[in-house]
Amino acid sequence: MTASQVIFYIISAFILGTGLLAVTSRKIFRSAIWLLFSLIGIAGLFFWMQLDFIAAVQIIVYVGGIVVLIIFSIFLTQQAGNEMAKPVRSKVFFASLIALLGFILTYTLMYKYNFLPVVNQTLNVNVSNIGIQLLSTTEHGYILPFEVASILLLAAMIGCIVIAMKSPATIGKAGRENKPIHIKEEAAENYK
Amino acid sequence: MNDVPLTHILFVSTALFFIGVYGLFTRRNMITMLMSIELMLNSVNINFVAFNKYLYPGQLNGIFFTIFIITIAAAEAAVAIAIIINFYRSHSSIDVEDAGEMKW
Amino acid sequence: MNYASYIAWIPLLPLASFVLLGLFGRKYLKRSSGFIGTIVLFTITVLSLVTAYNYFFVDGKVNGIYQSIIPLQFTWLQFSENVSIDMGIILDPISVMMLVIVSFISLMVHIFSLGYMKGEERFSTYYAFLSLFTFSMLGLVVSTNIFQIYIFWELVGISSYLLIGFYYDRPSAVAASKKAFIVTRFADLGFLIGILILAFHAETLDFHTLITRLTTAQSSQLISITTSSFLGVSMLTWGLTLVFIGGAGKSAMFPLHIWLPDAMEGPTPVSALIHAATMVVAGVYLVARLFPLYSFDVVALNIVAYTGALSALLAAVIACTQTDIKRVLAYSTMSQIGYMMFALGVSGHGGEQGLGYMASMFHLFTHAFFKSLLFLCAGAVIHVVHSNEMKDMGGLRKRMPLTHIAFLIACLAIAGIPPFAGFFSKEEILFAAYNSNKLIYIVGVFTSMLTAFYMFRLYFSIFHNKEPQVQIHHGEGTLSMKLPLLVLAACTVFAGFVPLSSLVTADGVPLETHLDIAFSVVPVALSVAAILFAAKLYRKQNDLPDKISTSLGGIYHSAYKKFYVDEIYIFITKKIIFNLIGKPAAWIDKNIVDGFMNLLAAITAKISSLIKGLQSGKVQHYALYFFAGIAGLAVLFIYLWK
Repeated sequence: MTASQVIFYIISAFILGTGLLAVTSRKIFRSAIWLLFSLIGIAGLFFWMQLDFIAAVQIIVYVGGIVVLIIFSIFLTQQAGNEMAKPVRSKVFFASLIALLGFILTYTLMYKYNFLPVVNQTLNVNVSNIGIQLLSTTEHGYILPFEVASILLLAAMIGCIVIAMKSPATIGKAGRENKPIHIKEEAAENYK
Repeated sequence: MNDVPLTHILFVSTALFFIGVYGLFTRRNMITMLMSIELMLNSVNINFVAFNKYLYPGQLNGIFFTIFIITIAAAEAAVAIAIIINFYRSHSSIDVEDAGEMKW
Repeated sequence: MNYASYIAWIPLLPLASFVLLGLFGRKYLKRSSGFIGTIVLFTITVLSLVTAYNYFFVDGKVNGIYQSIIPLQFTWLQFSENVSIDMGIILDPISVMMLVIVSFISLMVHIFSLGYMKGEERFSTYYAFLSLFTFSMLGLVVSTNIFQIYIFWELVGISSYLLIGFYYDRPSAVAASKKAFIVTRFADLGFLIGILILAFHAETLDFHTLITRLTTAQSSQLISITTSSFLGVSMLTWGLTLVFIGGAGKSAMFPLHIWLPDAMEGPTPVSALIHAATMVVAGVYLVARLFPLYSFDVVALNIVAYTGALSALLAAVIACTQTDIKRVLAYSTMSQIGYMMFALGVSGHGGEQGLGYMASMFHLFTHAFFKSLLFLCAGAVIHVVHSNEMKDMGGLRKRMPLTHIAFLIACLAIAGIPPFAGFFSKEEILFAAYNSNKLIYIVGVFTSMLTAFYMFRLYFSIFHNKEPQVQIHHGEGTLSMKLPLLVLAACTVFAGFVPLSSLVTADGVPLETHLDIAFSVVPVALSVAAILFAAKLYRKQNDLPDKISTSLGGIYHSAYKKFYVDEIYIFITKKIIFNLIGKPAAWIDKNIVDGFMNLLAAITAKISSLIKGLQSGKVQHYALYFFAGIAGLAVLFIYLWK
């Protein structure tokens, strides 16, 4: 067993273990942290495959962006230390059954399929290659999906603002409920 | 690194995917469901990268798909969290069982 | 002369006026709608007269024969290469004559209505409907093909429906308009089938082509229509008879006449329009339009003749017993239309044989004047008396001198007393009948005598008989009501001298007619005798009429009840059609058709209530179904669907 193999198995065990903890932990904040570790493990897997750029993107977007976002939303919506209710037993049973059966089905298919590894070529991934192909308009260029993705991000940004924004009615209500001047006056009276 | 067969990497990604599925079914909290979905998306990323690396080293298509999946996942997470916050504002809860308005 | 430059305005102006008054009349043009309608009618009357002058005296005649001219035509609906529905305008002697009559009578009615309908709530709607009616009838008379005539035929039906039911808050008016519509519609079914038969065999809808093809000996179309037969009668006869049924419906021939007396529920000027110029003469016009075909087919022509004669006689007998003055006039219309029909029925096509055709058109021409005059006079009387019943009238001679004179002239005209208009046309008809069919001649003379009797019964009952019971506060009526009476009275006196025989004939060749004094003696003498008899009975109030009616007993009673035709209709529809066809059909509809639909609905509801539990509203359940479905499909496609 070479060192490379050892590293791979360790990383794999780490990913799966933390992933499993992330979906089973009953404290939501811990769950988020386990997810964070799992994602870092995946980034490690990419490093192991010598895909530095993807690994870097993985860390920046997932670890630095999405998980932080999730943790913020946890803080916004509930107390982090509370334990969540235990899932219903029958639900656990059916979910694990489905997951197990699905896994067996999928993996047998993959295992039986005869992949033909190509050995005489090596993957040449450097950032300039990716950048050129991403922005080229030739046959293998990805400029169109790139632009579409940019529009998607813009739409998502506007959509988030519109959805999460308080509706004018609720703003009006809130405004009436806590008029700053009113509160100040009350506070002043209390102070007297 | 080619001494690790492709099927072992695929085992990891498949297992991670079904861990995500399990989480999606058992969790009732919307944020944790969202986390399960992120796990599933990542397992797909592993798949793409591994196929690219092992089967088509001459091209970069798998890499690009990974990049786009990460982009979309970011957008999806942002929108999902916006929806969750809006839902929390109206229901004071983020339990998915409380969202029963759409039933028959 | 270029007709195309102005001929299209004749039908289109009333249409424009209808649209204008119908859309904006009630709101914006409440006062002026009557004048707008009248001005439009005046314009088209002038245009019609110009057309008539140009056609008859300038360029209609080629080599001494009146040609039919088509100044405007465009294809409206193309079915195949040969068959299309065209919209166009045809000018030939009868259509030009009808243009003049329709626009002129309609103009008189418009003017009369200015006074008669004054202060009416739906004044502008009334004028809109009048315009529509005029438009439909003008379109009908200038139709170039049989389908165009059918379209306008239906328009006439609907506009008469609107006008008869004008006082829609009166149940009797609503019932009458429905009756008129349904009866004529029923007859139109025959017309439509007739059109289809003729058009199918002739392979065209155009009048001229149709007539040419079906009257040319040895043409393939003629052979096809005469060799195919149904129930032992050739298709030509079937087609013509069915078309005649349509015409009989509109022209109120027995037994489809039942709508006509009830149609009196409409405003009286409308009755004048329906009876004199528009609706009822449509049937006569239709037969005249297809006359070359009818003269080719003896059976169909005989049906026309006998139906006309029977209607004329029956209507005259009924008219003698009615007490509502508008109903008397209605039956007299039916009787006169019967005259026109049997005149067509006894006619031949060319030369001297075509006397009946010419006489029929002549009678249509003169009848339009004196009948509209009678109705407008009746309208003026009703306007004053506020009643339709004879017993409420009497002695109006002094109170309404102008109406009295006009009514007298019209009565003399319809009774066929020389030198008034009706005399000339009626003599021609009787002469034509005498030459071809003695039985119809006798019926005609007898009917003519009855006509004189009941018209003068009406005249004496209204204007003589007893002392006037009503005080007239506002005179005889406004100028707008008097003017049409004067004009029409003048026309009634002079219309008989119009040399129509040299203008309107079956084959376009002018016909020499001569008045045979010896022949005229008998009908005129009988009419005079009838008038004197009527004068004896009704001039002064006495009990003679009652005595006679009681002595006649059953005959009088059944005539008074209009020979129970209405009752027979009701018996047939209510007892036979409703019970034998309507009820089973309703049962099938309710239980089988509806039941099947209800069963489908019930099954759907059952199934959906069984499976609606799937729609639990829980997102995770949906995800579970989704995954299970994908897994199932994967197994299916990968392992089982090799």
